[in-house]
Amino acid sequence: MAKDVKKLKVSAIRNGTVIDHIPAANLFSVINILGLDHIDNQITFGTNLESGKLGSKAIVKISDKFFVDEEINRIALAAPQAKLNIIRNYKVEEKKEVIVPDGFSGIVKCVNPKCITNNDDVKQKFRVISKKEVSLKCHYCEKITDQEHMVFI
Amino acid sequence: MKNRSLISINDYSKEEILQVLDLAGDFEQNPSRDILNGKVIATLFFEPSTRTRLSFESAVNRLGGKIIGFSDSSSSSATKGETLKDTIKTVSNYSDLIVMRHPIEGSARYASEVSTVPIVNAGDGANQHPTQTLLDLYSIRKTQGKLENLNLFIVGDLKYGRTVHSLLMAMAHFNATFYFISPKELKIPTEYKMYLDQHNLKYSEHSDFKDIIGEADIIYMTRVQKERFSDPIDYEKTKNAYVLKNSMLENSRSNMKVLHPLPRVNEISTDVDDSEKAYYFTQALNGVYTRQAIISLILGLDN
Repeated sequence: MAKDVKKLKVSAIRNGTVIDHIPAANLFSVINILGLDHIDNQITFGTNLESGKLGSKAIVKISDKFFVDEEINRIALAAPQAKLNIIRNYKVEEKKEVIVPDGFSGIVKCVNPKCITNNDDVKQKFRVISKKEVSLKCHYCEKITDQEHMVFI
Repeated sequence: MKNRSLISINDYSKEEILQVLDLAGDFEQNPSRDILNGKVIATLFFEPSTRTRLSFESAVNRLGGKIIGFSDSSSSSATKGETLKDTIKTVSNYSDLIVMRHPIEGSARYASEVSTVPIVNAGDGANQHPTQTLLDLYSIRKTQGKLENLNLFIVGDLKYGRTVHSLLMAMAHFNATFYFISPKELKIPTEYKMYLDQHNLKYSEHSDFKDIIGEADIIYMTRVQKERFSDPIDYEKTKNAYVLKNSMLENSRSNMKVLHPLPRVNEISTDVDDSEKAYYFTQALNGVYTRQAIISLILGLDN
């Protein structure tokens, strides 16, 4: 019964990608990182859904959109536990998890207010120095931005 | 190293660091050589730093090069709103190498990405000052005859001091044991302790060093800056704990030397100056040889 209720919360899609287990607080960051606010595909999302793992989660369903790994892994900072379901003809054809890449550019701000990226027209660039508790080293000022201090652009 | 910018001490491997130190030794033997004849070096100091600028300019002059540039941003087009990118792109047309000091952290790395000539970072905010680290290493090796397995006391502002952080990372190549001595407000940041843990290096933290001074091969003093303290009473309580006096050196090792990146305020009493263990003024002189070595290696003129 509970499963049926959950299904009704966000309608099913015929073909496309479902991104599940997004922390509710970071839903709009995920939308922003993937540029979903600029595409013409049909998108449905639900947020503040109950989740045993996250407490409160969000889910996004994008019709007729299939991401390449490099593109989808960019959400790893905002939704490290996100799960992807690739849907074809209403059936889950494949399941994927996001993988934290070795580097990021232009997704989060450098924690250091004196960094050139916070003072000049220079795009943020980081090397990932820890993937478990994600922690980033700024390519320019070399300061560390940890998960707790991440501010999404 | 040829044609490569020097932005961070981590840009050089252990072998490259040793190559710089060896060549600096050659320049100490024979400081005036005309190998930069016909070359133009730009010194762009977006914030004043007389000591570092004069050291670089002395190095270039001793090598027979010409210098262009400015000594603070008020005499550059930065005051007219010109971007750093535009300044660097323009000046790289006029010069063979740019030495740059800038208050914004990461500015030197960015400059190296837009410049057509190599950049030498002469300090970017509280981030990096790699030529200072190389001259510190040169001074340590010269006074101790080696870099390996030394006991390094680092005293003062370990939280914000960029020379401390770079020196720590460079000395990690040489199996140093670190003694960090600071007030609790200015302790060495956790990320550097993690770095030492990852490299299996020994370190300990102390609030005083009078009783352990006999363990030191090098005492590297830094300024404790009043403005770093949230509570001025804390500063008053701790400031005198870090004043090195000549009498404190009695029980120190005969090979021990006192280093300081300068300028000092009151953290080394002037009665230390005449001690044979005081090395900070010679350390500043070593900066000229080290910078001669760096510039000639980058321009491929080391022969």
